[in-house]
Amino acid sequence: MDLQILWFSLIAVLWSGYFLLEGFDFGVGMLLPFVPRNESERGAMFESIGPVWDGNEVWLVVAGAATFAAFPAWYATMFSGFYLALLLLLFFLIIRVVSFEWREKGESTRWRTAWLWANALGSTGIALVWGIALANLIHGVPINSNNDYDGNLVDLFTGYTVFAGIAFVLLFAFHGANYLTLRTTGDLHERVRTAARRLALPATAVGAAFVIWTVVVAVDRNDKDVFPVVVPAAAGIAALAVAAFLVYAGRSVLAFTMTALGTVAAVATLFTGLYPRVMVSSTDFSNSLDVPGAASQHYTLAVMTVVALIMLPIILVYQSWSYYVFRARVTGEGVQLPEALAPPTGGSPAG
Amino acid sequence: MMLLASTGVDLARVQFATTSLYHFLFVPLTLGLGPLVAIMQTLWYRSGDEAWLRLTRFFGTLLLINVAIGVATGLVQEFEFGMNWSVYSKYVGNVFGAPLAIEGLAAFMLESTFLGLWIFGWNRLSPRVHLATIWIAVLGSWLSGYFILVANSWMQHPVGYKIVNGEAQLTSVWKLLSNEFALRAYLHTMLAGLIFGSIVMLGVCCWHFLRGQDVELFRRAAKLALIVAVPVTLLQLVVGNRFGEAVTSAQSMKIAASEAQWNTCEPCGFSAFQIGGFTEGDQTPAFSITIPRVLSYMATGSFSGQVQGLNELQAQEESKYGSGNYMPNIRVIYWSMRVMAYMGVLMFLISALGAWLYWKRKLETARWFQWTAIVAIAFPYIAATAGWVLTEMGRQPWIVQGLLKTDQANSPSVGTAWIAVSLAFFIGLYLILGIVDFVLMRRYARPDRPTTRDELPEPAATY
Repeated sequence: MDLQILWFSLIAVLWSGYFLLEGFDFGVGMLLPFVPRNESERGAMFESIGPVWDGNEVWLVVAGAATFAAFPAWYATMFSGFYLALLLLLFFLIIRVVSFEWREKGESTRWRTAWLWANALGSTGIALVWGIALANLIHGVPINSNNDYDGNLVDLFTGYTVFAGIAFVLLFAFHGANYLTLRTTGDLHERVRTAARRLALPATAVGAAFVIWTVVVAVDRNDKDVFPVVVPAAAGIAALAVAAFLVYAGRSVLAFTMTALGTVAAVATLFTGLYPRVMVSSTDFSNSLDVPGAASQHYTLAVMTVVALIMLPIILVYQSWSYYVFRARVTGEGVQLPEALAPPTGGSPAG
Repeated sequence: MMLLASTGVDLARVQFATTSLYHFLFVPLTLGLGPLVAIMQTLWYRSGDEAWLRLTRFFGTLLLINVAIGVATGLVQEFEFGMNWSVYSKYVGNVFGAPLAIEGLAAFMLESTFLGLWIFGWNRLSPRVHLATIWIAVLGSWLSGYFILVANSWMQHPVGYKIVNGEAQLTSVWKLLSNEFALRAYLHTMLAGLIFGSIVMLGVCCWHFLRGQDVELFRRAAKLALIVAVPVTLLQLVVGNRFGEAVTSAQSMKIAASEAQWNTCEPCGFSAFQIGGFTEGDQTPAFSITIPRVLSYMATGSFSGQVQGLNELQAQEESKYGSGNYMPNIRVIYWSMRVMAYMGVLMFLISALGAWLYWKRKLETARWFQWTAIVAIAFPYIAATAGWVLTEMGRQPWIVQGLLKTDQANSPSVGTAWIAVSLAFFIGLYLILGIVDFVLMRRYARPDRPTTRDELPEPAATY
């Protein structure tokens, strides 16, 4: 029984890790079309996340696989139920993944612009769809007595869930801007700081509204008491408010720490509001999937617990080391094109 | 023929086949080219010879273009189990999910993080540590392959489980991880990866010889490719054969189907080629070339071994699982096995010939061989695709051998129209990705290629 709760918590931790890390990568992606003024600055922005985004994304792979292993029924109902939404998500994920490596492999302006937009669109789309999808877990979707999804794509769009998607987008844009203030120099740094200031109030306001709305939905639709869901919600609001203040005060490191905390608190609010259920049924509350009903048996969870307890600390060590290695601010010079490779006029990427 | 499928299950199968075969066009090149690039960088580190650095960067660029699409299409695989096969996911999650989760935690995370360190670490890490990052990334990719094949092999030969309330539950993680089927499949797949790496590398070198570009440089790479390709393609013939024995004991039907062997035989000849004899109504081929006793050896390890025929196996399965058709598509299985095996032999012959020419110092001038080697770049792709068709279609009608049938494992909540939409989506997107990937690979492999970021600035000077 305890292992089930542990794995529910671990999955929340994996999602938190994913959004805490990929969240700022998404933010950098969203700002790509707006902040940089030349190829060197665009290169710098890509370089700021280039070494780490792939490792960050694996947190999602692990979250998905851990859900499959620890809560097969949850994985099965959620992934088949959110079919078209996840298809859309895969589109965004794929174009974003290839944009990192492929953009710089062509020299034409059109080619590079196309992949830059692919990254921006992918980053925004992923944040939006995950916000909508995760909010649906707690808001409830049509689930029949066989634990199967019994609705269509339109059922996933409600005021609350769409708002959650928008909140994720704004939150990550703000988080990414704060990350960039730590990693850039010169003019680009100034413009990134301006972007962070402009995003601070909208992201804080929408983020705060989202966690409050989540508490209301948890109470209304998932039979929860206000306490303890309100605790991470309050922490999230506080973290974002402090982050906004720090951005104006010019304290970049602390501001980034606060948006990181705010992101984790938002995920924690969702999962605290969700427990002990994993998917609420809007058709009939008794059809909801809960932790004991969806979980694997003790032996599987025990095996996975041993693996996770060994691997997670190791992962934290080498991923931290990777951030340490790439701690220097990016200038864009490392990716500047030499004279010989100046962009040819138009033409296909194949040249 | 499969595209004419109309039911939801059939469409879901076509989709899974399309996406996983496509994914596996990129995975084995990563598995094989990774260690080759690491070896080249090690040679540079040891000798300080700039030529090895240039080669490391050249083939490293090809590796990265390839990895990007492998990672992107791998995400689809993880999602698809739940999206299209929710009954399967619920049934096997207890057992099958664990190796996938372990793969993420222990392998893929390692590969991704250290690949990032390798790509961007040229100027930031000491040469020794930077060399370690590529080897660790390779280790991650090879570990990753192991856990994925543990999961797949459980579908072929389930071990270490019990059925409770109509769902599989893990009883022994050690049995799962040491599944003999998995160990043999792993060896077979990793050798396939090395074949991909070395054959592609050989072809690229020959392209440079043909154009007379950087001949001295690519001579070294060709030598390395041949040193790997000759023993590995030979070993693969042996390992592939031994893997067949494991299949025989776990999946007799698959072996009988791959030989279109309708009746039990002892000893059994190997049908090298046949016309007809692929359906229940037409069990005797109109024409065939048969090599005596070879099938007995391949399936059992003895030249006089017995191989059960399809008719007998069908009767056995019916008495065990109830009436129904327990035979896969014989024609497809027969030919996929042969395409794979013949390609394997062909690649060994080409490698051996290349080694002989290299020995005679004719590799740089033998234009006919250079063309052959360039064409042969396609062969590992064809062989691997045929191999997975054999493995997965040969298991039908089961999704998990003997436990769950494919037509009972799909998602009830996903309508046929949705699957049609997603199938069209994947085909369209993958086609575009494939074209871009091909254009980029070709562009960076060609003799008069552009210089990449990875080759700038000169790293040796900045240490």
